[in-house]
Amino acid sequence: MTRELLKGNEAMAEAAIRVGLQAYFGYPITPQTELLEHMARRMPELGRVFLQAESEVAVINMVYGAACTGARVMTSSSSPGMSLMMEGISYIAGSDVPCVLIDVMRGGPGLGNIAPSQADYFQIVKGGGHGDYHLIVLAPATVQEAIDLTCLAFDLAEKYRTIAVVLTDGNVGQLMEPAELPPMRPIRKPADQPAPAWALRGADARPKRVVSSIHLLPEEEETFNLKLQARLAEIRQNEVRFTEYALADADYAVVAFGTAGRVSQTAVKQARARGLRVGLFRPISLYPFPEAQLAELASRVKGLLVVEMNSGQMVEDVRLAVNGRAPVKFYGRMGGVVPYPDEVLEAIEKLVAADARAQTALAAPRSA
Amino acid sequence: MLRQAQEEIIYQRPNALANVVTHYCPGCTHGTAHRLVAEVIDELGIAGQTIGVTPVGCAVFAYNYFNLDFAEAAHGRAPAMATGIKRMLPDRVVFTYQGDGDMAAIGLAEITHAAARGENITVIFLNNAIYGMTGGQMAPTSLPGQMTTSSPLGRDVETMGLPLRMAEMLAGMPGSAYVVRRSLHNVKEIIRAKKAIRRAFQVQLAGLGFSMVELLSTCPTNWGVSATDAMGWIQTHMLPYYPLGDYVVRPEVEDLK
Repeated sequence: MTRELLKGNEAMAEAAIRVGLQAYFGYPITPQTELLEHMARRMPELGRVFLQAESEVAVINMVYGAACTGARVMTSSSSPGMSLMMEGISYIAGSDVPCVLIDVMRGGPGLGNIAPSQADYFQIVKGGGHGDYHLIVLAPATVQEAIDLTCLAFDLAEKYRTIAVVLTDGNVGQLMEPAELPPMRPIRKPADQPAPAWALRGADARPKRVVSSIHLLPEEEETFNLKLQARLAEIRQNEVRFTEYALADADYAVVAFGTAGRVSQTAVKQARARGLRVGLFRPISLYPFPEAQLAELASRVKGLLVVEMNSGQMVEDVRLAVNGRAPVKFYGRMGGVVPYPDEVLEAIEKLVAADARAQTALAAPRSA
Repeated sequence: MLRQAQEEIIYQRPNALANVVTHYCPGCTHGTAHRLVAEVIDELGIAGQTIGVTPVGCAVFAYNYFNLDFAEAAHGRAPAMATGIKRMLPDRVVFTYQGDGDMAAIGLAEITHAAARGENITVIFLNNAIYGMTGGQMAPTSLPGQMTTSSPLGRDVETMGLPLRMAEMLAGMPGSAYVVRRSLHNVKEIIRAKKAIRRAFQVQLAGLGFSMVELLSTCPTNWGVSATDAMGWIQTHMLPYYPLGDYVVRPEVEDLK
């Protein structure tokens, strides 16, 4: 295969198609619309299902229905559209059917704007809909990663019978850069594929099946919840993903995901050029969150700086993981503003300076 | 010489109907509607190819009462869910079973666009002019002056408008192939209702587009009338506002055997 110049949104769409996507349901919303448009062109020519629905509310329920048949199915949207899908997401989480969602985040709250943002971390990583559940959440920082994580999302969703989300932003969605797509898998019609043991295809010569999220008796609902939690524990055990840059000898660590992670890497390089021993820890799976790795990191650095394109959402999870082992500072830009590397560099320098002052204060003899 | 009596079974539980006790109230017509759907599915021989979608409302547990594959939708979203299933499995028979709160209120967008697209699904729509499961609140289909727990002085059309006529409304959708209103309040109408349900499934099997059968139904518990009086309540109160009839029957539907 060769590297091509690809736009993030189109690359994610084509990657999904090449790993056997059978149906895409969507609704136009900036900054993810190219993804829907790519699907509109490609899916029908491959004899697969593309449908533009009347709303994101309908979209997620079409995804839910299609997923009930055991098909590989997805949708994509941006922040306000994801809000509309939350009801259906909760139902899907309560029904054990797999699907993939891509959220190309934009500035909010409300109508906000169409600029890159990470303000939906709480909504997507913590749940968003009603009830106790988590989604698998993967956060790419480059077009190549957006491709790879889209492919991975389908495998994880089907392995754990859950929703896997590629949580990205308008920057990765709109960015064009060289990347490599996976090879095309052969097309198979849904009816030709062996159905999973839970899939609805008609009770022909077998007992009937029901896909439902209702358990009227509290004890039964609790039993379902316990099963769900056991699966989430398995996901936390097996599916933690992250990347590190220049952390081996680091005194300080920057923690950032997605586009903020990419900007921070440039800032870390600049800091290194100034002789500061700083590295970058970039979580790729936001759920499961790399808690143990961050705890270990916090035990060997003097301080951490969390950088996000929001008011400070992932920083809460970092603080829980670090659990007081080292100071955790935060730098964020909101409303669709992407920070420049020099802003992050300044925040790194402040972290280092504050630590130096603290060390000096500790070292100073106490007055009688 | 004795001749052995030749016994012929002329009436029994349809195979598509599960042999279980339902949760429906005495006098409720859900049981009648379930049976008609099951009889039609048996007669068409499509039980193994059929997938139903249940609503939120009194029929939420309908999946327990049929020997068919079923999905349970979110409130009002059954037509969207059915769309997802049907698009993946176009050779299967997909139907939704919805009440008036589910379809005419919270699910209005989903049903309207399913009809507009000509989604090749069948909708069984039970209209009893009230929210049953939550205990008798006003629905978009509640009649002018109808007393409910959320319109205790009667539906005030000055503030709440007039009831929605779904068959008439969906008949206006370009993708509708077969949209009719029937009633379940007496034997004659039940027989007519079954014919319509059969025709609706045939429309889907022929790939002609969206089909919907509205069935005027009872809710004696929340109407505050006896089980037997409920049948009369349909006749007295509902029929004048909800005329029975065929609202869309495309010419190709007439040709179906």
